[in-house]
This record gives sequence, structure tokens and C-alpha cells, in this order.
Amino acid sequence: MQQQGTQALADVAARTNAVIDELKGLEGPLLPILHGVQKEFGCVPRDALPVIADALNLSRAEVHGVVSFYHDYRSEPAGRHVLKLCRAEACQSMGGDAIADRLQELLGISFHETAKDGSVTLEPVYCLGLCACAPSAMLDGVVIGRLDEGKAQEIVAEVRT
Amino acid sequence: MTVTIYVPRDSGSLALGADKVAKALAAEIAKRRLDARIVRNGSRGMYWLEPMVEVATSAGRVAYGPVQAKDVGALLDAGLLDGGNHALALGDPEKIPFFARQQRLTFARCGITDPVSLEDYEAHGGLRGLRNALKLTPAEIVKQVTDSGLRGRGGAGFPTGIKWNTVLEAQGERKYIVCNADEGDSGTFSDRMVMEGDPFVLIEGMAIAGIATGATKGYIYLRSEYPHASIALREAIDAARKAGVLGQRILGSDHAFDMEVRIGAGAYVCGEETALLDSLEGKRGQVRAKPPLPAHKGLFGKPTVINNVISLASVPIIMDKGAEFYRDFGMGRSRGTIPIQLTGNVRHGGLFEAAFGMTLGELVDDIGGGTATGRAVRAVQVGGPLGAYFPRALFDTPFDYEAFAARDGLIGHAGIVVFDDSVDMLKQARFAMEFCAIESCGKCTPCRIGSTRGVETLDRLAANIEPEKQVELVTDLCNTMKFGSLCALGGFTPYPVMSALTHFPEDFRPQPMREAAE
Ligand SMILES: Cc1cc2nc3c(=O)[nH]c(=O)nc-3n(C[C@H](O)[C@H](O)[C@H](O)COP(=O)(O)O)c2cc1C
Ligand code: SF4
Ligand code: FES
Repeated sequence: MQQQGTQALADVAARTNAVIDELKGLEGPLLPILHGVQKEFGCVPRDALPVIADALNLSRAEVHGVVSFYHDYRSEPAGRHVLKLCRAEACQSMGGDAIADRLQELLGISFHETAKDGSVTLEPVYCLGLCACAPSAMLDGVVIGRLDEGKAQEIVAEVRT
Repeated sequence: MTVTIYVPRDSGSLALGADKVAKALAAEIAKRRLDARIVRNGSRGMYWLEPMVEVATSAGRVAYGPVQAKDVGALLDAGLLDGGNHALALGDPEKIPFFARQQRLTFARCGITDPVSLEDYEAHGGLRGLRNALKLTPAEIVKQVTDSGLRGRGGAGFPTGIKWNTVLEAQGERKYIVCNADEGDSGTFSDRMVMEGDPFVLIEGMAIAGIATGATKGYIYLRSEYPHASIALREAIDAARKAGVLGQRILGSDHAFDMEVRIGAGAYVCGEETALLDSLEGKRGQVRAKPPLPAHKGLFGKPTVINNVISLASVPIIMDKGAEFYRDFGMGRSRGTIPIQLTGNVRHGGLFEAAFGMTLGELVDDIGGGTATGRAVRAVQVGGPLGAYFPRALFDTPFDYEAFAARDGLIGHAGIVVFDDSVDMLKQARFAMEFCAIESCGKCTPCRIGSTRGVETLDRLAANIEPEKQVELVTDLCNTMKFGSLCALGGFTPYPVMSALTHFPEDFRPQPMREAAE
């Protein structure tokens, strides 16, 4: 058990260092590194923080402070799909709140939650720049405009497969 | 002759099915062995017609929209390649009234060219501004920009030329141009449209800014919510570098300038210029006290120009056609054109570039065509989540920085969000407070704590608990936030809250009265 833990730690360190080596030559490399680490692991693992701090000559607290400040970084991996629903004004004006309620009901989860079967994570987002096609959403990076009951059903079907 | 068919690749069109249309078209072209190619252009900005497909015919471009994948077969049967007639045919896209009424300067090429083809860009007037700039001294370039009257389009409306001049005069062995592409306001997407539809105009504008101020490195700080803009920008930057528009010797001159795209991490406050700089440096995006100005001590402590996407993208046309040409558009101290974004519950939603000075009512009722739901327009929010809600009574306000300010509103990034008569203004006021609480950088108490107290107070008001007292409390909180906050996030949140309270008091009355009023 102990050995497995050490092994996993070494693995996180090695993969984190690979990301760092690629990006540390940039000016102000911390955000690009954190994006890279999140891409590698699906989240920013706690064990990656001291590795990053060491490499950039920062304290661990400083790195933690940055990670926790931004909405995009997760400490746990998301579900297999990530659904971001716009909650901002233009989408509100087109019935976005009702669609948000409906999607939470259909998915059986609230915002910031991941479905029990790990299929989907639901997140609020404040504007996707699709305000003339409101209400809008982004499913795994794919943008969706003019959400309605039909499109909500399609989204649910897609994340369930 | 190979026929060119245009299918937009901008994310607004993608959100409405443009990729499926392009795929269906490609399949049919192959199946029918047609001599045609598909170019993925930007959007013309008429989103109620997207995906809008255009065909280049001998008689000019012919548009069809909104096209769905299932329409493709019938369109080809109807002679799409020759501009044939069909129920979705729109004719010459530039004669559609929404488009014809615009004055497109900054967006002149958007929706027309292939966004990542430098040849196409040059063929449509691109790089002329940069070439002219290379013939001038830095001071002469700055003077042109100053004389054009261009003010920052990111919200504050600060004269761009004056900002550039401060950086030009600042001492530093290294200087930076930072493009603020954090476009976080609800109701705004003009930055996104330029970056996805004509990225070279931004690259050209940044290169000119570099030459004008002695900066050799540029960063575009792009919000993570815009993955498609990131793709288009990177493709365009690579193309510009290969062609020598960027690099050690810009277009063969002695000027060096190169740039990079950096992605944010989902924090609205990083649109504030000093928070943005901290974020670029790898810190929490917290607002810095000024002075020192970024122009003196900006990115990594070096002199830095920080400008909005549209501000920078407006420079090439100024350098091409001259300061006077640009200044001749507009009214009062608001010169040139402004890309207005008509959004939310509006029939003709999209991007409308026009000289300053049209009234809010013209824009919403005539250009926008009223609401999408067909109900009455009750309120519009102009300038994003920190902008005021205006009732119809203020629809005679001209689009002008000073005119909006005189009525306790702001233009901000020129996004207009339309609401019909089903809107609950108490709910909107609460949302403004909630948004401030979620996005506060945490540096000052009025913003961090005040917004949370504001949400609680408005919740008590909605629950009908001592409503008069809550209204008094919210007003007081707004005053504290307005005068005690370090930046506009806390300082301007009172605009949506107080405007809702002032112009729509009936929504804040005690419950029994609200019901009686309905
Ligand atoms: C909370 C907050 C958010 C802002 N967001 C943006 C933004 O997303 N884009 C932008 O260009 N300016 C934004 N600004 C304004 C910038 O601080 C700054 O004024 C602007 O980038 C300067 O460029 P300009 O002179 O070209 O407008 C924001 C300001 C505040 C206070
Ligand atoms: S007003 Fe809010 S966002 Fe602005 S500096 Fe203060 S705490 Fe930060
Ligand atoms: S407000 Fe929802 S996309 Fe802009």
C-alpha cells in the first residue's frame, strides 16, 4: 500500500515535470503550466502543487492561492462530459433559468455536481459570447445556441451514452 | 471555374449548426462531382440568419439562410452554385437592411474573407495601415491615433493615443503590448467576432502599436470560454509570422514584433487591466492600486500598452485612411464607429457597426426589430453586468459616452441586452449583486462583503420582510460600494441595482402591492 502510494506520487511528479519542462521557458509560466497539468490529469492534483512550486521557486501556498482563485481549475477530475450552461443576463432574457432548471432535473444533479455514474459534470458559465443566440451552452467544448426542450433532451441523451 | 461557397466558422454560427451544414455540403459536392470548394469565413453578424451560406457568383455574392444540414440537397437542386432561387435565398447579403444600414470600418472584412488567409486579407485592403505606419516615426503614428479621436472600446473610453504616448515616452529596455481579450460582459461578442472572423486586423493593430511605442512583444490575453477564437488566432499568427508580418523584421523593416496568445482561467475580474497583468504574470488576478499606471509599470514592471481587442483592431483603418476620415464619424467626443451588439430577447440579434449617435430606441426597435418573443420591450441593459437597465422612457438616449453617463448609464463594451415585459427587475438586481459576489477579487470589503449583503437584503425584500427597510439598506450598500471600491466591479455594480430600483420601482414594492399592480 505504502509502496503504491509512493509510486503514484512519483508518477504525478514525473508527469507534472514533463509539463513544466515544456513550458517553463515562457514569461509568466504559471497559468500555462496549470492549464497543461489540468489537461494531463483532468484536474490539478494536490500532489502536483509542491512540484510546480519547487520548479518556479514559489511557496506551495502561493501556488495553491493561484489554483484556488480561478474558476477553471479543479481539484478532482470532472465527469466524462462537462456541460457548461450560460447563466448571464442575455441568456436569462430568453428563458435561460427555466432551461437550467429543466436540465438539472433531467440530469438529476445541481450546478457544480457530477452525476453519480460519472457521466457528466454541470457547471455555470457567465457568457459564452453567444448572446445573440441565447440561451446557450457548451458541451465538451462544442457550442450550442438557442437551447430549448428538444436540445436539452439531445444533450441528456448524448451524455448518457 | 471552381465555385466558392462560404460557410461561417465563428462560434455563433457553429452554435447554430454551421459545421453540420459544411459537412453536408462537402459530402454532396463530392457525391455530385461538383466543381466547388468551401471556405470557412467569419460571420457577417446577422445571427437570426446564421448559419448563412454564401456563394460567389459572376453577379456577386448570394446568401442563403438560416441553412440547416437537411436543406443542403434542396439548395443544390435549386442551383445554389449559380445563386439559384430557393425559399432560403436572401440575395446580396450587403443589401439586407440590417447590413446595409451599417458603417463597417473595423468589421469591413469580417464575414467576407477567409479569416486565416493572409492573401485574402491583403486582397481586401489588409496591411495598408501597417505599411503606412512603417513610413512614419513613432510620434507621427501616435499623433494619427490621437487625432482620430479613438477612445478605448473596452469600457472606460480612455483616449488610445494618450495611452500610447505615455508608453512611447516611458523608459524601458523592454515594452509590451497587451491585448485585453477577456470579453466577459454578458451581451458582448464583438471581440470574439473579430478574433474568429478577421484575426489579422488585430495582429496588424498590435504590430502598429508596437512600432508606435517601441514595444517588441505582444500578448493576447484570451478568456478560456473562447476556444474557437484561440484556434483562429493561432492559425493567423503562424501565417503572419511565416509571411514576415511578425518577427525580427516586420515586412522587411528594422522593427521587431512578435506575439503570443495566453488563455485565462475563468475569472471575470481578469478583464480589469491590472488584474489581467497579474494573471499574465502567473498570480491571482487581483486589481492593483494605481498609480503606478501600466503605461509606466505594467507587465513584469515594464511600460505596457493595454488595450481592448476592438481598440487595437480599429487602428489599421485609421492608419490606412487617416485620422480625419475616422474622426468624421460620430458625435461629440465619441468619434468613429462602434460595433453595437444587439442581444438577448431581440428579433434581429447580431453585430451592428455604426457611427456613434444613433439612439437606443432606433437600435432596439428599428434595427433589432423588438423582442424575439413578440412581447413588449420593457428594459434593456447596456454595457454588461455592470451597466444600467434603461426603460423605454430613456430610449431617446444617443449612443455616446457622455450622453449615457448623463443618464447614469454606461456604454461599456456596447452590448445591449433586451428584455421583454416578463422580466422581474428585482431578480435582475439580485443577480447583479450575486455576480459581483461570485467574481469579486476579494481585495476590498465593500465589494467582497457588500455584494453578499446585497443578495441577502434583496432576498428579504422578495420575501416581503420589512420591504421599505430593505430598499433603504440596498441604497446605502450601493453608496458604500460605489465610493469605497478599488475597481469598477464593486464600484459599478450599483448601476444595474440602482437603475432597476429607480426606473422599475413597481418590482420592488411589497408583495400585495406588486400583485395588485399586475
Ligand atoms: C471588472 C472589470 C472587467 C473588465 N473587463 C474588460 C474586458 O473584458 N475587456 C476589456 O477590454 N476591458 C475590460 N475592462 C476594462 C479594462 O480595465 C481596461 O479599461 C481596458 O482593457 C483598456 O483598454 P481600452 O482603453 O482599449 O478600452 C474591465 C474593467 C473592469 C473593472
Ligand atoms: S472592487 Fe471588488 S473586484 Fe475590484 S478590487 Fe475591490 S474587491 Fe477586487
Ligand atoms: S449571456 Fe449567455 S452567452 Fe452571453
